[in-house]
Amino acid sequence: MVDKLYRMVGVTQKRRPRATFTSVLGELLLTAGVLVLLFVAWQMWIGDLIIGAQNNERGMEYSEQWAAAPPPEPPPLVENPDNPEAPPVFQPPILAHPEAGEVFATMLVPRFGADFQVPVAGGVTREITLDRVGIGVYDESRMPGEVGNFSVAGHRTTWGKPLNLIDKLRLNDAIVIETPEGWYTYRFRTLEYVTPTQVEVLADVPGMPAEQAQESVITLTACSPMYSLAERIIAYGVFEGFQPRAEGPPASLTEGAV
Amino acid sequence: MYAAFWRILPGPWWVRLFIVLVLAAAVLYALFFFVFPWVAPYITPGEVVVE
Repeated sequence: MVDKLYRMVGVTQKRRPRATFTSVLGELLLTAGVLVLLFVAWQMWIGDLIIGAQNNERGMEYSEQWAAAPPPEPPPLVENPDNPEAPPVFQPPILAHPEAGEVFATMLVPRFGADFQVPVAGGVTREITLDRVGIGVYDESRMPGEVGNFSVAGHRTTWGKPLNLIDKLRLNDAIVIETPEGWYTYRFRTLEYVTPTQVEVLADVPGMPAEQAQESVITLTACSPMYSLAERIIAYGVFEGFQPRAEGPPASLTEGAV
Repeated sequence: MYAAFWRILPGPWWVRLFIVLVLAAAVLYALFFFVFPWVAPYITPGEVVVE
C-alpha cells in the first residue's frame, strides 16, 4: 500500500543506510574536532567570562559579609610618616599571613572596572590559589600596610584573567586591598618586565634585596607577553594609607578611575 | 551513530529537535563549568610567578 503510494508520486523508498565502522569513526572524529574548538573558545573567551564573573561575585560576597559584621575597633591615630605637620593617620593593622588558599582579602582596582573585586588568598600555586581563588600572596610576602613588600601574583590570561589589564595601569591608579579591618590603598607607580627567575622583584625594597625597607610597597606579578611563559610583567605601587571599616570606603575607591 | 540516536528519540521531529537542543545545552554546561576547568591545567601553561 505504502510502496504503491510512493511509486505513484515517483519516490522510491530509501533504504536506511547501515552504520559502518568508518561512519562511526568519522562521526567520533568530527565530535572530537568540535570538542577541541569548544575548548579553545572556552580557554580564550567563554571561560574568562564565567570565571571572571564568579571571582567578582565571590569577592563581593566577602565584602558584604565583612560589612555586615560589627566593624572592628579602629586602630590608633599616629603621626603621618611622610609629613609630621599633616593630620595624623590611622596605623594600619598588620594581619597574620594567610594559609594557602585561605581568602583574607579582596583586591579592588578601579582602573580594571567598577565591578572588579577579586578574592586574595595565601600561596601562589595554581591548583590551590591562582586557578581557584584569583590573586595569590607569595609566601615571603609582607602583609598589607607592613613596612616592606606585599607581593602577589595573578593570571593575566585565562582563569578569569584578574590581572589582564595590568599594563593599562596609569600613574597613581588606586590598588585597594579590602579586609575585614578596612581598606589598604596603594598607588600604582611603575611597570617592569623581567625574566621568570628575577625573584628580587619580591624583595622588601624591590630589586635591592640587601636594602633595609623604609616604606610599604606592593608588587603584582603576571605573565608576559600574554599567553607566554617567556617573561613576567611586574607592577609596583606604594602604600598611601589605611581606612578603618568604621569610616566607610576610602576616597581612592569612591572617586573611581580618573 | 547520530542518525541512530535521532531515530531512537520519541515523538515528531520538533519534539526530537527540542530534546536534542536540551541535551546539547546540558553537555555544553558540563563542559564549560566542569570538564574544561578540570583539564585546562594539564593543557595550557599560565605561569605568573617569579621563582
